Amino acid sequence: MIAGVASAAALFAPGDRVAVRNAWPPGHVRAPAYIRGHVGAVVRVCGPHPNPEELAYRRSGLPAQPLYRVRFRQIDVWPHYAGDPADTLEVEIYQHWLEPA
Amino acid sequence: MSHGHEHRHHDHPHEGVIAAPDGPLTHYQVMEVALRELLIEKGVFTPEDVRREVEAMEGRDAGRGPRMVARAWLDPADKQRLLTNANEAAAELGFEAGPFRILVMENTPAVHNLIVCTLCSCYPRMLLGLPPAWYKSLSYRSRAIREPRAVLAEFGAVLPDGVEVRVHDSTADMRYMVLPMRPAGTDGWSEEALAELITRDSLIGVAPAAEPA
Amino acid sequence: MTDEERTHPAGAHDVGGRSGPPVVKDEHEPVLWERRVDAMMMLLTHPSRKLLILDELRRNVEALGPGAYERMDYYERWIAAITNAMLERGVVTSDELGRKMADVQARLASEPTA
Repeated sequence: MIAGVASAAALFAPGDRVAVRNAWPPGHVRAPAYIRGHVGAVVRVCGPHPNPEELAYRRSGLPAQPLYRVRFRQIDVWPHYAGDPADTLEVEIYQHWLEPA
Repeated sequence: MSHGHEHRHHDHPHEGVIAAPDGPLTHYQVMEVALRELLIEKGVFTPEDVRREVEAMEGRDAGRGPRMVARAWLDPADKQRLLTNANEAAAELGFEAGPFRILVMENTPAVHNLIVCTLCSCYPRMLLGLPPAWYKSLSYRSRAIREPRAVLAEFGAVLPDGVEVRVHDSTADMRYMVLPMRPAGTDGWSEEALAELITRDSLIGVAPAAEPA
Repeated sequence: MTDEERTHPAGAHDVGGRSGPPVVKDEHEPVLWERRVDAMMMLLTHPSRKLLILDELRRNVEALGPGAYERMDYYERWIAAITNAMLERGVVTSDELGRKMADVQARLASEPTA
């Protein structure tokens, strides 16, 4: 374990509005394409996890990234969403993909 | 010896690998046998290890999830435990829930939950066994997140008015299971009888629990 | 290629939100060789061996490229990805695999099928 930070500090709390960064890197990416650039609300703070995007390359994935369950309104995510305006989707997103909204 | 049957007491590494009726062994079937034999030769695991894992996964079919849900329907304390710490609830029933945290989403008159993994096909395998092929299909993975009501309709699920459909995309290390609503007309039912109503599809969220006959 | 695909390319595996046909309620009970692929994944990722990490497996599946979804079934993608990961780690060599696969092919092709 390297000296210094093993986990990044949690920046967000339940209820916070967050935006998924509109980034398109190559590699093993765990933020689904459909959610990038969209704004939702943190539902749950799931605790720090080693970054799977780094684990995929057999690196340590440290510092661990806080993971969040973020809820989005379907009508915000999809043009012409055909269901009920109350419908939602929830995705787990690692902190390095999130910005305050 | 018939190669079409699973004679597990014979130590034949190729058992069960048969040519398809309409063609030769595929490249990937050959690869599976070859990789397994190499790894056995290198001492990574034994044939018995492989057999044991195959049998363990077969034993994990949908019996576990329904039992956990039936108990939750019968006892508020069990329900609370299922919703807050499903891994512990599984352990109490003697099930190994696996290394990942299992989160149970409760269906209510206000919210119907549906599970998908758009990026791959993550599924609570340790509780429910191997996922159905349709869950892993591109069609389900593409559409369940975007048009859940259409997918639910394809599965014959009829949702009451005013319910919010909430789709969970399991993109990280948590695994999801739905706690379906208990059907009416089941007062006084035993855990075993209730478990029969809890289909695997209802635990994924594409259907409600079955109705009493 | 659409403008969207040029500016915001999603991997072939990253399919959430794409259009598609009705879901076919395919139950396809996995056959034994497929179950053994799954068993090998479990054994290799087990803490006592740690010869494969799940994220590494997923990356290898993704690296098979877009044609993998047209040309290969689910367990074919998995066995290809697991084998590539073992090659990458040096657990097996390409030469070992080639020789063993030829040996397996010869052995099984000469045996009667059920």
